[in-house]
Amino acid sequence: MDISTQQTDTDDTSPPTPPPPPSAEEKRAARGATRPGDRIFLGLSRGSGIFLLVIMAAIAVFLTYRAYLAISKDEANFLTAFEWNTSLLPPKFGIAVLAFGTVVSSIIAMVIAVPIAVAIALFITHYAPRRMSGPVSYVIDLLAAVPSIVYGLWGALVLVPHMDGLFGWLNDYLGWTGVFSWDQGAPRSMLTVGILLAVMILPVITNVSREVFRQVPQMHEEAALALGATRWEVIRMSVLPFGRSGVISASMLGLGRALGETMAVATVLSPDFDIHASLLNPGGGTFAQNIASKFNEATEFGRDALIASGLVLFVITLLVNGAARMIIARRKEYSGANA
Amino acid sequence: MSHASAVADKTPSTLRGASLPKWFPWALAAGSLALAAVIGVAGGLDSKVQWGLIAGILFVLGTYGIAAKVEGSRQAKDRIATSLVWVAFLLAVVPLVSLLWTTVARGVKVLDVYFLTHSMGVVADSEPGGGIYHAILGSLEQVGLATVIGAPIGILTAIYLVEYGRGNLAKAVTFFVDVMTGIPSIVAGLFILSLMLMLDMQPFGFAGSLALAILMMPVVVRSTEEMLKLVPNELREASLALGVPKWRTILKVVVPTSIGGIITGVMLAIARIAGETAPVLLLVFGNPFINANPFEGAQASLPLYIYQQYAQSAGSTAAYDRAWAASLTLIAFVMILNLLARGLARWKAPR
Repeated sequence: MDISTQQTDTDDTSPPTPPPPPSAEEKRAARGATRPGDRIFLGLSRGSGIFLLVIMAAIAVFLTYRAYLAISKDEANFLTAFEWNTSLLPPKFGIAVLAFGTVVSSIIAMVIAVPIAVAIALFITHYAPRRMSGPVSYVIDLLAAVPSIVYGLWGALVLVPHMDGLFGWLNDYLGWTGVFSWDQGAPRSMLTVGILLAVMILPVITNVSREVFRQVPQMHEEAALALGATRWEVIRMSVLPFGRSGVISASMLGLGRALGETMAVATVLSPDFDIHASLLNPGGGTFAQNIASKFNEATEFGRDALIASGLVLFVITLLVNGAARMIIARRKEYSGANA
Repeated sequence: MSHASAVADKTPSTLRGASLPKWFPWALAAGSLALAAVIGVAGGLDSKVQWGLIAGILFVLGTYGIAAKVEGSRQAKDRIATSLVWVAFLLAVVPLVSLLWTTVARGVKVLDVYFLTHSMGVVADSEPGGGIYHAILGSLEQVGLATVIGAPIGILTAIYLVEYGRGNLAKAVTFFVDVMTGIPSIVAGLFILSLMLMLDMQPFGFAGSLALAILMMPVVVRSTEEMLKLVPNELREASLALGVPKWRTILKVVVPTSIGGIITGVMLAIARIAGETAPVLLLVFGNPFINANPFEGAQASLPLYIYQQYAQSAGSTAAYDRAWAASLTLIAFVMILNLLARGLARWKAPR
């Protein structure tokens, strides 16, 4: 083995390249491997990297193609129609209700989850007694590990029956706004979905925020403490400004999760194809939930229509996640210059 | 008593001004709970949640009032922030405890050896009896195949990014791996579905594996990348200096050094895809009978079984009990995998 490698080594390096010094490990990697084993291995690993890119491209291409098949036969406006009748002749379907429901449920989830998640991240990094912060992180990881279908089952069979009290209270005091009016129906509504989604995205936001808060330069905090700041003032003046972009991108990762969540919404929501002003009355729908609920009775054309709605979801989550990643990447440079 | 300790606290730190004793928050919490109970009984409020809310409001107001009086408003704000952070933490624990408690309490009712070793073949969804053997079998096969496809591609991609990756291709791969992490599972399912529609195929287990592999790859890439970056450069240089080719250096030095972390990452990825329902719903379809062949015919799967027991049983208690028992099995599987992965990570951590 040793001899053969030495031989190939001398064979390859001595004749063709006059200038490069032997230290050129990096250059060799850059201009490609020279030995057969190296070439095969580089090919394999680069190939799988390219394969990932191909998959992403294929997802976009195939979804777009099937979506085109469906949308080109759609007699209603795909973006604004309030119905989903793919078995009619001619078929009529549109995503307005789904887009509205997806955005509303995700916003509710964000409004609830982001402050709590940031607080928990602060709790872990700055407030919890040292012995507690490890177990607390673990509890949060457990929340993240629970499969979404179990959340869905819990939401439908435990959370929904417990929402009556809250809904009654909201209806009594805020019902006049219209947003919180309630007709005493089963609370399988957007607000319940939003609360359940909040529980599910909480660990995502907490984990990323926690990492960001851990990276706050010790100097910043100590400087604030030395000036006599209380713990809250340290957090407000040094931790939060440093972590702001990290928290924003963490929230967007959570948002991406909430937008695409399927089973938890499908089990909890009782859907219809209309936009309701009230968050408490059942109805509405989301992209993912609609796909899961309508899939079984869909014809091949119906499936294409569902794929078309899935394409919209794909594009939305792509934009949200891409934006989140860009913010994170920018922050890395910033903190590197700062550390 | 309060007077004595306030004095004791005061004397050594004249610089910092007055401060409340350490037991103050606990005493105030107990006091506001008691007061809330009195108000609840007197006002005839029977919901314990309302008692808790009143106690919470009393506690926050009391903290602010007393602390502002004794320590000044800055300290009072600090105390408010502290209590809000604690409240947020407790709020997050409530759903977790409730979820685990319900799953265990309702799951153990029907979870026994019979349940684990029988299928739903002759049992109607609304009747008691039956089991999840077919679902466990389907899940294991689908997740296993997904791992066989997803893990090597993920690990190789991570090796490319860490050991070879420079230039635009590596940047593009890094970015799209990040973006891929956020693909909703149902979209991955729809992608495979569109392929199946074009090839005119019926649902089968392996189609689900393909979608799960797509979901698994970016997770594996991310975790493996982190692990490979931890391997010190001196090890690589020492090996290369001995004339070992780069690919053997990677396979014999770099990967073995970080193998614990790599396996941990793969196990966490498996735990994640084992609970995915949406792609399985679209591609594998579900089947009450035992189908051990993932390449032909509809199969069952554990998460899908839970969904179908919930959704197709019209509220039958027997079906709900089965759904909880299957949830307990699934959670147990995922948690054990998580614990093993963490244990392994600690045991094999690169030194």
